[in-house]
Amino acid sequence: MHLTPEESKILRGENGEGARIAMELLVAVGEGFEAQKMIPISRAHAASSGQEGDLFFVEMLAKGGGRCKIPTTTNPVVNFEYFEKIMDITEEEAEASVARKVKYYYEQIGAVMSQSCIPYLAENIPQYGEHVAFSESSATPYVNSVIGAFTNRESIQTALAAGIIGKTPEFGLHFPENRKGTVLVKVETEMKDGYDYSLLGQYVGKKVGNGIPVFEGISKRPTIDQYVNLCAMMNVTGAIPMFHIPGFTVEAKTTDEAFDGNPRIDKITVTRQELKETEDELQTTNGKVDLIMLGCPHYNLDQLGDIAKLLRGKRIRSDITFWINTSATTKIMAERAGYLKILDEAGTRVITDTCIDMFCFNNLKGKTGMTDSPKCAYYRRFGNVRVGSMEECVATAIERA
Amino acid sequence: MSNKTLGCHRIVKGCGEGEALVSNDAICFYLTDPKTGVVRERGHSLEGKSVAGKVLVFSTGKASSAVQMDGLRKLMLNNSLPAAMIVTTPELVLVSAAAILKIPLVDKLDQDPFGVIQTGDFVKVDATNATVTVAKTVT
Repeated sequence: MHLTPEESKILRGENGEGARIAMELLVAVGEGFEAQKMIPISRAHAASSGQEGDLFFVEMLAKGGGRCKIPTTTNPVVNFEYFEKIMDITEEEAEASVARKVKYYYEQIGAVMSQSCIPYLAENIPQYGEHVAFSESSATPYVNSVIGAFTNRESIQTALAAGIIGKTPEFGLHFPENRKGTVLVKVETEMKDGYDYSLLGQYVGKKVGNGIPVFEGISKRPTIDQYVNLCAMMNVTGAIPMFHIPGFTVEAKTTDEAFDGNPRIDKITVTRQELKETEDELQTTNGKVDLIMLGCPHYNLDQLGDIAKLLRGKRIRSDITFWINTSATTKIMAERAGYLKILDEAGTRVITDTCIDMFCFNNLKGKTGMTDSPKCAYYRRFGNVRVGSMEECVATAIERA
Repeated sequence: MSNKTLGCHRIVKGCGEGEALVSNDAICFYLTDPKTGVVRERGHSLEGKSVAGKVLVFSTGKASSAVQMDGLRKLMLNNSLPAAMIVTTPELVLVSAAAILKIPLVDKLDQDPFGVIQTGDFVKVDATNATVTVAKTVT
């Protein structure tokens, strides 16, 4: 890999140990993928997890004096302020102290503490054609496909390193020729709601594994949350950095344009039956539900509006805890829109800055949870799981005992 | 027992050797037991088998941009990391974690790794010099 004199200087440690470690990772990954050079990027998103691997790297950067050179947002970890009030955090001290340190070091390196897994809708929005470094399951395919920005499927650490250096190695999806479709997915059922898109993502991630799917047969423009769900779930069961829905996503109007001469693998067809089977595989019980867990990925403003509509004047059963995860920015707007008042009155818990895969939910271990998110089902901290649409979750939570 | 040495492409330098553990499935290391390295993912072809100390031969990485690194770091803290990894499709999130934790990683073997390596073979990965040596124990 060719490095400029300035990049070589950073790699020798002349700009400090934090910058050296960041550059070392970018060069190692670049050489692994045979990149020829580094290119400047304008923004980054580090999908901070608040766990051991995250701490290991960000601590080294922070202690080495690393500082973000470009806007670099973060993923949700835990809303300590909230959970310290409702639980005894000392019982989870080992995991809590890791998460606390992670937040501290991200602040130290000058990250923008968005603590949102949908930053591309509010706090950190790339433009069409902009080269960026975005980690986070839903973020990478969303910014590539829906917005048309250029990013590889970064890890937290490569995104963070790119945020410190302001550059990324040039390979993969930074080249237009690598953004063509590789696998055709024929959708032969009507996509009704966000939950259908979640199941579609879960199924396609597993079938495709690693590649760029092109969806044919989707006749209606997906809503933002439908895109977000599709993106997130494909990166639970697979590693999908980008996709095309010709006519709707920005880089192709037709299937042929999406493949642009690339050989296509054509053996995936999705009917109602595949979606139903995917749902059945996720479900471990159809028994009584103790809690509802929504907002994985974080609910956006439209979704909070939708659920407020369903819950207006209703009351969650007293034996069910109803969690809705969202971002701080979204919550402020939900309050202004009047959604929050309805959700509070119904008895839901709308929390910010928190990921469903954190120690604050360890006390749900023996409980049965219901979620509209296959990703939540996969990484859940609670016991048995039921899955269903937002409407089905709400219906379960308000039905009479 | 016969030895076979193959060329390969280095992704992360270093050397590692051990018993081979082979799977056509993609792996998410977050779904292994952090203490023992036993794969816990339901329905995975390696479910119930430990990755600790093994030379892992598998297709590629999968799942979120955070969890590979968290999973592998926890294995490292418990001395349960794989000795080396051979993949057929390198994937950035996996490569990043291997680079930071210094786990030797290669791809592009001269022959299809799923054809020449079977679980139980003794495999030496010299990523630095781009060679993989396979001692057949299974015939």
